[in-house]
Amino acid sequence: MEFVRSHILVCAGTGCSAAKSMEIIERFEEHLSRHALEKEAKVIRTGCFGLCELGPIVVVYPEGSFYSRVTPDDVKRIVEEHILKGRIVKDLLYHETVEEDVVSSINETGFYKKQLRIALRNCGIIDPENIDEYIAFDGYSALARALTEQTGDEIVDIITKSGLRGRGGAGFPTGRKWMFAKAAAGDEKYVACNADEGDPGAFMDRSILEGDPHSVIEAMIIAGYAVGAKNGIIYIRAEYPIAVARLEVAIGQAREYGFLGKNIFGTDFEFDLEIRLGAGAFVCGEETALIASVEGLRGEPRPRPPFPAVKGIFGKPTLLNNVETYANIPWILQNGWEAMAEIGTETSKGTKVFALGGKITNTGLVEIAMGTTLREIVEEIGGGCPGGKKFKAAQTGGPSGGCIPASHLDTPIDYESLSAIGSMMGSGGLIVMDEDNCMVDIAKYFLDFTVEESCGKCVPCRIGTRRMYQMLERITEGKATMEELDSLKELCEHIKANSLCALGGSAPNPVLSTITHFREEYEAHVRDRRCPAGVCKKLLTYKILDNCRGCTACARVCPVGAISGKVKELHVIDQDKCIKCDACFEKCKFGSIIKE
Amino acid sequence: MPNQKIKVPFTGTPEQERLLREAIERHRDEKGATMPILQKAQEIYGYLPEEVQLIIAEALDLSLSEIYGVVSFYSQFSLNPMGKHVVSVCMGTACYVKGAGEILEKCEQKLGIKAGEITPDGKFSIAAVRCIGACGLAPVLTIGPDVHGRLVPAQIDGILEKYMKE
Repeated sequence: MEFVRSHILVCAGTGCSAAKSMEIIERFEEHLSRHALEKEAKVIRTGCFGLCELGPIVVVYPEGSFYSRVTPDDVKRIVEEHILKGRIVKDLLYHETVEEDVVSSINETGFYKKQLRIALRNCGIIDPENIDEYIAFDGYSALARALTEQTGDEIVDIITKSGLRGRGGAGFPTGRKWMFAKAAAGDEKYVACNADEGDPGAFMDRSILEGDPHSVIEAMIIAGYAVGAKNGIIYIRAEYPIAVARLEVAIGQAREYGFLGKNIFGTDFEFDLEIRLGAGAFVCGEETALIASVEGLRGEPRPRPPFPAVKGIFGKPTLLNNVETYANIPWILQNGWEAMAEIGTETSKGTKVFALGGKITNTGLVEIAMGTTLREIVEEIGGGCPGGKKFKAAQTGGPSGGCIPASHLDTPIDYESLSAIGSMMGSGGLIVMDEDNCMVDIAKYFLDFTVEESCGKCVPCRIGTRRMYQMLERITEGKATMEELDSLKELCEHIKANSLCALGGSAPNPVLSTITHFREEYEAHVRDRRCPAGVCKKLLTYKILDNCRGCTACARVCPVGAISGKVKELHVIDQDKCIKCDACFEKCKFGSIIKE
Repeated sequence: MPNQKIKVPFTGTPEQERLLREAIERHRDEKGATMPILQKAQEIYGYLPEEVQLIIAEALDLSLSEIYGVVSFYSQFSLNPMGKHVVSVCMGTACYVKGAGEILEKCEQKLGIKAGEITPDGKFSIAAVRCIGACGLAPVLTIGPDVHGRLVPAQIDGILEKYMKE
């Protein structure tokens, strides 16, 4: 390996790429060569650092200087000052790492201090397209040991004892899943990876595949060895072009190094991997639907049993795990099951990655030990709601989960605790909402999603979710009665009990959890015909305050002529004509128009 | 998303058909070949009209209804042509709670079409898409390869006007 004086790590994840990190990389190369520094400093494109809010992110080692929101124009200064002269450009650093004149490590900041990175251990540290860097961080050593020193039973035993549970949402014990697949009869089996991350607002799996694809590949080979399969399939969303490209590169390198193919590590074990692209259907995250999609059919789920471990892809026994679950496997085998069993709570071991988003200061990817409280995530790691707004709810589990109110913020994160308060762990989306978000509107948003994504196979889901949506629509339009609120709850219970798969079975959760925790908000919509958060348009009234200067801008922009008034005199909105288009509110420069 | 069939004359070229038939031959013997072939076909034609589905159905010895069943199931497949500029407004949760609904509304107003539709001149279409994962830039929309993030509704007219002039 070559030795260089400085390593310049540039985040090339989707978030930072969208904010021009590719152009930043080009500029670095250009400026380094202009100063003949190519041999002394090396630019490395890494996976996600996690702190997407501050992207694009550039970290320079050995100093560990954490530059945030870097623009292509900043590159020249970083090269000429920091790389050439050794002077850190303090004003471009992430402000939390600079206090007066002392620069502290990024690991001391609120965002990173409380995190424990296992699944994300290599993200933002190595170049995902360079297998040597993965190997330098002990990559493929777990595979080597597994193949040469351990039996399949021993490996399954280690995974079982570690307490690892499925990270895709449901939390089924991974070791047991492996045991079933191993026990299944048949010499042709499949090991599959579910990378069809469909929860809107979640991007953990994508970031792992973009930042550390080899960890998933290594785990799948180990799984193949443990359960006796030689075919691997990664089912990934076509909407993740960067992740797909990195996976392709990584699979190619693994083949070249002999980790895929025949006689791996000189043994007679053989295994190979192929990628299948999804085509945009949320239900394909459900395992039996995913299998149908791999087979080239409509992605509709089927009743279980038979479980995929017995009858899966092309009718063969199939071990199906989620990306994040796989990413944990090499770590467990390297560090021993005890290391993982030590972390977490009684029933939930290890860590969980969350995609933190919405009304939160530090949007990004965080990995925390199970048992960490929601408060620690939202307030300490996430930095709370921006703009001094009041926290209202955290939503986990996406369209299958629920909204958690401030009174439950001290709930520790584990599978059981989250279910107990009407939400679920889910795949890891964690969206924060503040006082400006309407809980009925949020429930309606998720139902809109489920209605569209319901595959249509079973009646409770196909018709039930649509009916739920219509009822919520009536509530947000002020047409519903209190009795309807009760029928809505009853309908929820029926859909939960009778749907074929988890999509329908969990679809009522956003509604039930908001009715439970925010009933007064529903009642305000129904009884008082009022939306306390000021979101539901049909329930809003636009009014002009006395401080109106009579500039006539609002009257001119109103598309229906609902505003009248003379120049330099107070204007008035005719409520019968007003269509609540918001045009006047946006136009008014004096804050004289309010909606309530 | 509305994916109703609208009748637009099919303008496939012999060159496109040659590429499609090549792709079919490449994948024909794979298990579960339908999806990769449809994905390739959409790449070649930009959408999957009945004429294209028929070629695939005949080549794979499947009925047209089986192919149509798969095409209409997945949101990635389009039965209608897309505009030269596809305005994709992210409707992921992170964007939604930060006002993506208003951003979409503004795009629809400006272009005079709804999500899932195409302007009569074929220049623009609007798609309300699932999370694109740029949650740090929420609310966000993409137009072709360009990403526009941290948006407020007032910016939309200006952004779209730039593409209108092209």
